[in-house]
Amino acid sequence: MTADEILDHCRDLIARPLGAVAEGWKAAHPGGRAVAAYPVWAPAELIHAAGMLPLGLFGGGASVELTHADARFQSFVCSVAKSTLELGFQGVVRGVDGFVFSNICDVARNLASIYKRNFPAAFVEYLHLPQNSTSRAVVGYLASELRRLADGFAGAFGLPVTEPALAKAIDTYNALRARLRALYALRIAAPQKLSTVQLYTVLRAATLAPPEESTAWLDVLLAELPRREGRRQDRLRVVVEGAFCEQPPLGLLEVLEEAGCYVVEDDLVLGWRWFTGDVAADGDPWERLAAAYVDQAVPSSTRHESRQHRSEGLIEKVRRARADAVIFMPAKFCEPALFDYVLMKQGLERAGIPHMIVEFEEKMWTFERTRNEIETFVESMLFD
Amino acid sequence: MATPVTERQYQGRVHERSRQLMSAWMGQLARAEAEGVPTGALMISGNCVELLRACHVLPMFPEVTALQNAIRHKSLPLILKAEQAGYSSDNCAYVKADVGLFLEGGMGPGRPLPFPTIIVCNYVGCNVYVKWFEHLADISGARLFMLDIPFSRTAEPTPADVRYVVAQLQELIALCESVSGRKFDIDELREILGHAARAEEGYARCKHLAKSRPAPFDAYFDSINMMGPINVLRGTPEAADFFDEAVAEFEEMVAQGLGPLTEERFRTVIEGPPPYPYYKNFRNLFTRWGAVAVQSTYSTVGGIWEWGFRHDPDRPLESIAEQMLRQNLTNRSITARYEQIRRYVEEWEADALVIHSIKSCRLFSAGQGDMRDYFTRELGVPTLLVESDLEDPRYYAEAQLKNRIDAFFEALEHKKFVAAH
Ligand code: SF4
Ligand code: SF4
Repeated sequence: MTADEILDHCRDLIARPLGAVAEGWKAAHPGGRAVAAYPVWAPAELIHAAGMLPLGLFGGGASVELTHADARFQSFVCSVAKSTLELGFQGVVRGVDGFVFSNICDVARNLASIYKRNFPAAFVEYLHLPQNSTSRAVVGYLASELRRLADGFAGAFGLPVTEPALAKAIDTYNALRARLRALYALRIAAPQKLSTVQLYTVLRAATLAPPEESTAWLDVLLAELPRREGRRQDRLRVVVEGAFCEQPPLGLLEVLEEAGCYVVEDDLVLGWRWFTGDVAADGDPWERLAAAYVDQAVPSSTRHESRQHRSEGLIEKVRRARADAVIFMPAKFCEPALFDYVLMKQGLERAGIPHMIVEFEEKMWTFERTRNEIETFVESMLFD
Repeated sequence: MATPVTERQYQGRVHERSRQLMSAWMGQLARAEAEGVPTGALMISGNCVELLRACHVLPMFPEVTALQNAIRHKSLPLILKAEQAGYSSDNCAYVKADVGLFLEGGMGPGRPLPFPTIIVCNYVGCNVYVKWFEHLADISGARLFMLDIPFSRTAEPTPADVRYVVAQLQELIALCESVSGRKFDIDELREILGHAARAEEGYARCKHLAKSRPAPFDAYFDSINMMGPINVLRGTPEAADFFDEAVAEFEEMVAQGLGPLTEERFRTVIEGPPPYPYYKNFRNLFTRWGAVAVQSTYSTVGGIWEWGFRHDPDRPLESIAEQMLRQNLTNRSITARYEQIRRYVEEWEADALVIHSIKSCRLFSAGQGDMRDYFTRELGVPTLLVESDLEDPRYYAEAQLKNRIDAFFEALEHKKFVAAH
């Protein structure tokens, strides 16, 4: 496939219902299972090592009308939690055998239990990912939590995770993540060669395909895109921050660019490119994965890091991406993003980095006001 | 409605004694800075207050400050102050009131409320706790210790969970020693845990006394008098004595057939925190109907004692870990809470469930529509769901609440009448 064909393929893939994606893969892999992970991070390596298809579960976007879930979750709860539940009620995830949630926020935590109660036939697991980043006991704890998840897969599906298979899956995902990092590096170096929507489309598609397949797409993209024509325009280089769980509509990402920005860094689909470098290659794979989570995680609003102030990671990102400004993009009602906004904004102000905030909902469909706000911000910066 | 029911003009010893004990603790806090006593900020839910006590670190609870400001109608200006500083109108207002207090100059060196010497984030269920204490650490510059408590997701805490928590408790002890300059003494902790267990026993007995008809106290609105001593002062001999007195008082009331109202017409279980800015108003909406809460989930955020768990001086750190991991409402799933409530409805013989849904607190509220569905459709328990907030007075709409509550109890009364005839 050429780069354009890959981009078309990714666009088609992300438009398909999650259950259909799972069924498609299972038809080609008799006896296989598909397990979907709610944001932000889940050990896709484990799912893969058990011979299953790991999938990203990002709610219904603009594609589902809430008919049941809004009676379960109140008006002040974020959209992605509701639409994820709705996918279950409407059978859109039929074909997905398991769901993994974790302690990113109180809403996601309650959602996990409510999923389990309403869809008893599905395998639902809740992971407690550690918030203590420095205890001498934390890596051991997380390694045992990963083993517990694997035991769950073995019990529910009869698909155990062996150590060699896990070691191999870690290599496989290291390869995928290295390419995603390379794609982001390309974007920082030459943002005119790949639009935000295109990059995002590939990223989302990578959460819906076996990692070997996404790695192959990325190899083509990384070979072809640098050769693309395209003159850099006079645009504002921005980092988008706060969209690590509920995902903004593609229309909003388009508006960012149309209003005069290059998005050179972001935290979209963050969990699928979670580690700052490769997970270590030698030693007990459970421990290695756990240690990477503790010591090599990207800064995230859903993980406490006592060795670094909330704003430091963001400022570092701005510098690394040679960005001019930050656009905070929290989902409406997203508790972790909205809390972090305050400390991050204060840090940016101390560092003299301009910022603005745009709240969104996955189902939002008019962007005119947002476009005006961003245009004003961009103009104030470019023509200052 | 028949003859109006009112609250008996009765302020028991429990109320008065609780007030005295809590004031004494706040007095200690106010003097701590001048006296050079190290303080440690802690959260209420499933806390390890005994450990701080044994380490000679005076506990302080930002949640208590926040709720006191709400009760005294002081929360709104504080919340607005925080919102001006960038906090979202959609974030938990407890945090905003606390940050607002700092911005207003009510917290900090030389202020009525000192900055904590250390901040111990007992991350027990509530994810906002992590944010809140990160912000408090940012404001105060105090060292933050993240005490990570794995959420309950297995039938029993796993051995790995217990090991992880105990290891962190040991690390916390080392930190406390460094700020207090005193060596930790495990025997002192054992003694403190003995006092804690006695208070827990007393609180549990009070709760079981509410099975009587009428219940001697309202297990939602009056529980607040007991929540201070059990969650904040646990581990002191005074708190243990307090519960002995409470048990004696409630036993006496049971013997005399007395309750908090002139008449108990309906027995309810209430789920969710109360609207502190309108505590009395909200209570009155139920009093009019003779509705008494015989159990509540909010009273178990710090610990669930009525089912027998006690801190164990023979297994000091392990039993602290077990309590934090499992023996409190906040570290249990929302569906485990359905079971807790189901038992309350059955064993305390309640007529109805009232869900007070709090905008601030997603831990409690996110998904309460599903809870209502479970109780009404699957169990056939009459269930009322109303919304407001525990800290932000802007979300309390009295007329609307009154309509909903009146309609609910009218229907319940009708049902009772039909059943009796
Ligand atoms: S969007 Fe935010 S509040 Fe909603 S589930 Fe995700 S992290 Fe939680
Ligand atoms: S979310 Fe709920 S439990 Fe957490 S701090 Fe706010 S009120 Fe307390």
